[in-house]
Amino acid sequence: MAHTAHSTAHDAHDIHAHVRRYYQVFGALMLLTGITVAVSYLHMPVIPAVIVALTIASFKAALVAAVFMHLKGEKQIIYWSLYLTAVFFVLLFALPMWTEGDHIIGTRPDEWSAGAEAPHMPKGSPAPH
Amino acid sequence: MEIPYTIETRPDTGLTNPKLGIWLFLASEVMLFGSLFSSYVLLRTGAETWPVQSSILNVPLATLNTIILISSSVTMVLSWAALMMNDFAKYRLYMGLTFLAGVGFLVVKAFEYGAKFAHVPPLLPSTNNFIAIYFLLTGLHGLHVVGGMVVNGYLWGPGSKMWRTEPAKFTNRVEVAGLYWHFVDLVWIFLFPVLYLL
Repeated sequence: MAHTAHSTAHDAHDIHAHVRRYYQVFGALMLLTGITVAVSYLHMPVIPAVIVALTIASFKAALVAAVFMHLKGEKQIIYWSLYLTAVFFVLLFALPMWTEGDHIIGTRPDEWSAGAEAPHMPKGSPAPH
Repeated sequence: MEIPYTIETRPDTGLTNPKLGIWLFLASEVMLFGSLFSSYVLLRTGAETWPVQSSILNVPLATLNTIILISSSVTMVLSWAALMMNDFAKYRLYMGLTFLAGVGFLVVKAFEYGAKFAHVPPLLPSTNNFIAIYFLLTGLHGLHVVGGMVVNGYLWGPGSKMWRTEPAKFTNRVEVAGLYWHFVDLVWIFLFPVLYLL
């Protein structure tokens, strides 16, 4: 084979094994999609529904990344790039939640949501929502 | 000037330049979609009321699109495997199927959007925060599908001439295009439950 970058890692036998794995993962992804849709018809409360749906979605995403994107067995530099991305991704979610968390979990003072000015805000500022 | 290390791996990274490049690009894409997912979570958790999403959106059509996109990921990776086995005819078949799956995804999406516009009253981004972020997320994802189709179409058609002269370089191009296409699939895997089912 002419593919120098790959041929060292994948001979024809390896590729056939990969192809079998692709079909297995395809089957697993279809099954998990069916389960995701079926679970949604159970009309579970929001929190358990979110946990179940995102757990299945994460498992599907991991299969796609590991097998189709060949992340399994990839070079360290790619792993480290993705670890760094994961850190920033978590921060991206955590920082707004940190600032808005009291509103979300219902611990923000009642007078805020009633439309009064927040204590630290200058007069005339719009009430937070 | 010829871009170095498109076939042979760099000694320091152990990777070809295009492969490292696409992974770094995908990392930036994670942050782009991540910021929008984060906005969605904030909008939803901060809202006093939120519509029942599955009653507004078409779950069967979205399920069909999920099946189409996952299938296209399989055909994409099979097209790369065909090149690795020196089977160009099979490559053309699988890459063609991948392209057609992209067309199918967009056609289904067009039906879905059409139903929103035809709804009385029309469901537009100005209707409420949920419809706005639905159009934003699915629209941005759709643009990514279109971008992937342009590249896949090129690699199926005119770009495939490279197979005759530089097969290793062409195989790497298909692999890199595949990484992008799988990422588009991966984003949809999260969009589907978050927007349609929860």
